[in-house]
Amino acid sequence: MEFFREIRSKPWLESQDVIDNARFGGSIAMPSTRLALRIFVAVVGVVFSLSVVAYADRMLLADWKPVPEPTIMWLNLIILIASSVAMQWAVVGARRDRRSQLEAGLLIGGACSLAFLAGQLLVVRQLDALGYFAPTNPALSFLYMLTAMHAVHILGGLVVWARTVIRLWRGIAAEKVLMTTELCAFYWHFLLALWLALFVWFVIT
Amino acid sequence: MVDITPEKVENVSPAEVPEADLYHAHSFWTKYVFCQDAKVIAIQYSGTAVVIGMVGLVLSWLMRLQLGVPETFSFISPESYLQFVTMHGMIMVIYLLTALFLGGFGNYLIQLMVGARDMVFPYVNMLSYWIYLLAVLILVASFFVPGGPTGAGWTLYPPQAILSGTPGGTGLGIILMLVSLAFFIIGFTMGGLNYVVTILQARTRGMTLMRMPLTIWGIFTATVLALLAFPALFVSAIMMTLDSVLGTSFFMPAIVEFGEQLSYGGGSPILFQHLFWFFGHPEVYIVALPAFGIVSDLLSVHARRHIFGYRMMVWAIVAIGALSFVVWAHHMYVSGMNPWFGFFFATTTLIIAVPTAIKVYNWTLTLWRGDIHLTIPMLFAIAFIITFVNGGITGLFLGNVIVDVPLSDTMFVVAHFHMVMGIAPILVVFGAIYHWFPLMTGRMLNDAMGRFHFWVTFIGAYLIYFPMHYLGFVGVPRRYWSMEDTNFIPDSAADLNAFITVAALIVGFAQLVFIYNILVSIFKGKPSERNPWKATSLEWQTETVPPGHGNFSKELPVVYRWAYSFSVPGTVDDYVPQNVHPNDVKLVEPEGS
Repeated sequence: MEFFREIRSKPWLESQDVIDNARFGGSIAMPSTRLALRIFVAVVGVVFSLSVVAYADRMLLADWKPVPEPTIMWLNLIILIASSVAMQWAVVGARRDRRSQLEAGLLIGGACSLAFLAGQLLVVRQLDALGYFAPTNPALSFLYMLTAMHAVHILGGLVVWARTVIRLWRGIAAEKVLMTTELCAFYWHFLLALWLALFVWFVIT
Repeated sequence: MVDITPEKVENVSPAEVPEADLYHAHSFWTKYVFCQDAKVIAIQYSGTAVVIGMVGLVLSWLMRLQLGVPETFSFISPESYLQFVTMHGMIMVIYLLTALFLGGFGNYLIQLMVGARDMVFPYVNMLSYWIYLLAVLILVASFFVPGGPTGAGWTLYPPQAILSGTPGGTGLGIILMLVSLAFFIIGFTMGGLNYVVTILQARTRGMTLMRMPLTIWGIFTATVLALLAFPALFVSAIMMTLDSVLGTSFFMPAIVEFGEQLSYGGGSPILFQHLFWFFGHPEVYIVALPAFGIVSDLLSVHARRHIFGYRMMVWAIVAIGALSFVVWAHHMYVSGMNPWFGFFFATTTLIIAVPTAIKVYNWTLTLWRGDIHLTIPMLFAIAFIITFVNGGITGLFLGNVIVDVPLSDTMFVVAHFHMVMGIAPILVVFGAIYHWFPLMTGRMLNDAMGRFHFWVTFIGAYLIYFPMHYLGFVGVPRRYWSMEDTNFIPDSAADLNAFITVAALIVGFAQLVFIYNILVSIFKGKPSERNPWKATSLEWQTETVPPGHGNFSKELPVVYRWAYSFSVPGTVDDYVPQNVHPNDVKLVEPEGS
């Protein structure tokens, strides 16, 4: 990797000067926005990883009582997968300059995301109806907290998604929203992977 | 070792950045308030950090008054004393030092030192400051809510942090603290993304990673650390808020309070401690690494000598950053742990001393045979080395389980961490301000007031913290409002406490002289030269001082060498700026030519 090659160099040597004087551009071969999103995703990953570590640690204590996963969570998972696929379809549309595909992909992706959020609310209501209540059960507390944190990240993504849709609606060229659409798709894939990991974790615990 | 390329080289064409890429302010509000220029944001960050830092300073005076002359001030109750301890600690560590080093120096220096026009995401950068300000305001608001701010100690350990016996434990005090921390972290993440991406992607032509000044390496690594460590505090803040507000039991065990069984059950206070210190120990280096970087540059510039072992200094910064994530439980020896874990964390704690010692040796060797100018920045830099070594060595004591357990809850620890992550970084902050003030304002700070400020601060800090080690040895506990009739503590401890209080008040007032110096010098200070310290790094090579909008002229500078070309043999001047073309370096005429 360029970064590790660079930090092994000896800047005080003449021979290194010749190489370094011609050096131009970033250390990582990608646009700044894409790099920033990847770093952000890494930070979010740390947040959720630490939460899961805390979950695992808390499981070891005597009062831990597993909770069932309502069936609707499986449906929500399918909706989130659909949302991610739609976003990727939108990216393909933007790359091939197919405006209708881009618009449809974004709209389906956004709609599925909203449906997912509504579904997650239903999960909470169902668990409440089954007689579970968060404070009495740490497993449920974690489920609610992680679900809410994941939902907040989807809402954040929807803000960027909404800006992109509005720009398209105002008639901007498809190629001008290519980068944003790609970033949205990448973020959605990440949120899907994250939810998949959490979901598996909930099921096996 | 050769510092420049003596032969004629092919010219490298300068890089240009289209004006359209730059942020342009169009009104007073967008130029000075909601501004996206990193230099203005840096000043906003610094100003806010200094103001809240002054609050932290006043709180420390109040604590010292209570310890020095107990039962004299009726408004300092046991509860308010604990609140002062808590707020002082949190303010100084998070809202002053972290914000000042990364938000202040980071914003001002990164873009200038790497040769960029601005940060890569100016709008997000601006949002970062305003969210930081919001976090500060929420924190300050906790002073005015019923019950006052939290008095749980800056570590906010549950279960006591959210119980009614703790000041602010069941009111808004603790909630506001946790919410404020959450906002701080969100704001910092926005800024941190900017710092990292700007350093990685927006450097000017020729500015390789290994030509960057160590200041930038320190800020870069500290930012990466913060991005990875703050999530632990964020998660624990959310979970504790839920425990406090909704009655969940993430951290709260089954507990009886004043004879009443609370509804909590089964939670793990130790889990909180792990999360907190997984953030808390890297936080030490989030503060220290920028200080390491800055002090390296101050020493090099003011000793007119290249930094000794540049590559090793970079690697040491990175190694310290990595190791800082595997030492956290040395803060938890007294919480109890498997002896093998204690052994592991004691070992990693000793290992982290190795790269740290390399840095100290290299700083010392940078001074060796240097043309040392005892300017005020240099005085502060040397004072930092001495203080950091003193504080670091007591850290080696405390890193060992068997020594830590008896000393952990005593004033020895207070002395240790104030020396190593309070006084030492603050000395660098002062040195850095004296060094870069001419760049920021075009004027010099008053030298006489500066020297007064330095000597009172440096000697005063030792008068405060050296005796505190002794207090710790004789068993004076920390966080105690009063010793009263504690038999095992000798009377001399009270006298020493009174002495420390006098020293603390004098040092505190010396800081007012510093602030007066700044305020007066901004308007009436002696105009500075463009590059008064004859430094080589790019921030001093701008078209105007202070640097204008876009930092550099139409063409961005091209970098031809590292930032440490001082006293290069065969050159006329004792420094060669990074952007001077090798063909333009004035060489000494050979004798007889």
